[in-house]
Amino acid sequence: MANSKFKIQNLKFGKLWIGIAILIILSPVGLILPELLKAGGAWGEWGADEIEKIAGYVPHGLKKLSELWKAPIPDYAFSGWDKGVKSYTGYIFSGIIGAALVIGISILIGKIFAGKNGNS
Amino acid sequence: MHIPDGYLGPVTYGSLWAAVIPIWIYASKKVKEILKASQVPLLALSAAFSFVIMMFNVPLPGGTTGHATGATLIAILIGPWPAVIALSIALIVQALIFGDGGITAIGANCFNIAFAGMFTGYGIYKLISSEKFKVQSSKFKNYDTETRRSSLSTRHLIGAGAGAYIGINIAALLTALELGIQPLLHTGADGRPLYSPFPLSITIPAIMLEHIFLFGIVEAVVTVFVLLYIKKSHPELIRG
Repeated sequence: MANSKFKIQNLKFGKLWIGIAILIILSPVGLILPELLKAGGAWGEWGADEIEKIAGYVPHGLKKLSELWKAPIPDYAFSGWDKGVKSYTGYIFSGIIGAALVIGISILIGKIFAGKNGNS
Repeated sequence: MHIPDGYLGPVTYGSLWAAVIPIWIYASKKVKEILKASQVPLLALSAAFSFVIMMFNVPLPGGTTGHATGATLIAILIGPWPAVIALSIALIVQALIFGDGGITAIGANCFNIAFAGMFTGYGIYKLISSEKFKVQSSKFKNYDTETRRSSLSTRHLIGAGAGAYIGINIAALLTALELGIQPLLHTGADGRPLYSPFPLSITIPAIMLEHIFLFGIVEAVVTVFVLLYIKKSHPELIRG
């Protein structure tokens, strides 16, 4: 128990948070590489218009369900910012917004769950 | 691997919602027992990592793209039940805000990635890395009372890499199975599929080959690389 005096709250995780920030700044690599290598989206994640090209028709139920939800920032892109540098900037903003939301929700849920478990 | 709305019919997405809700309830109960206030930042960090790493689309030249999920890595760092919560938060934000994965398919995507794939990866990591195979309820348990050694041996790294590789492939296989059974489950009056129109004979090779030969390797490399980085910067986060 040589390390028992060590307390988890002394950890700052600072370097790891910086790591997340660096990943967000580098995230457009996830757009640029597929563009350079002429790769499309993920298999089976096509929109209704794309599935019409592939399958020759749009399945009725698929069309109905796919219109159920309009995401505010679809495909991590802001409308009108769909090409080149603008799309990369939008991707970074999406990363910032998404990471902030994920962090906020995790801290909220974590605090509720950790509630009675003390701080040490 | 993020199934969009419309690809799964009500039987499949309903069943997977019904499967994932008790998993979330049990995970919440476990996390309530073990999570301390000081560990909340690590939970948030894990969820944020998973969200961000999924933005790194890896291209299959001339083909499709895929990405790592970080599921096994997060389970190794914070334990599997907290990992269910962290990964589910990332997947739900992706679906609601960015349309990455459907709303009806949240149950399916969380079951595949945040539960089945993650637990498979974590189980394989434990199997390879421990002397005796013993599933720990969570790494958070007795976190600060146990002696922490920076014991990241080669065997831990092999276990983590193998777990990550097999874990993401299990998540991919479940995705392929769920998509591939749609033409059997739901057809319209004209006999044509109502939802995902591709049979198992198409979905399994299409999704599995790309994960076996590329995206699984990416997941393993990311997992091992981040573990090595954390070993250097925060060795106390990694226990044997």
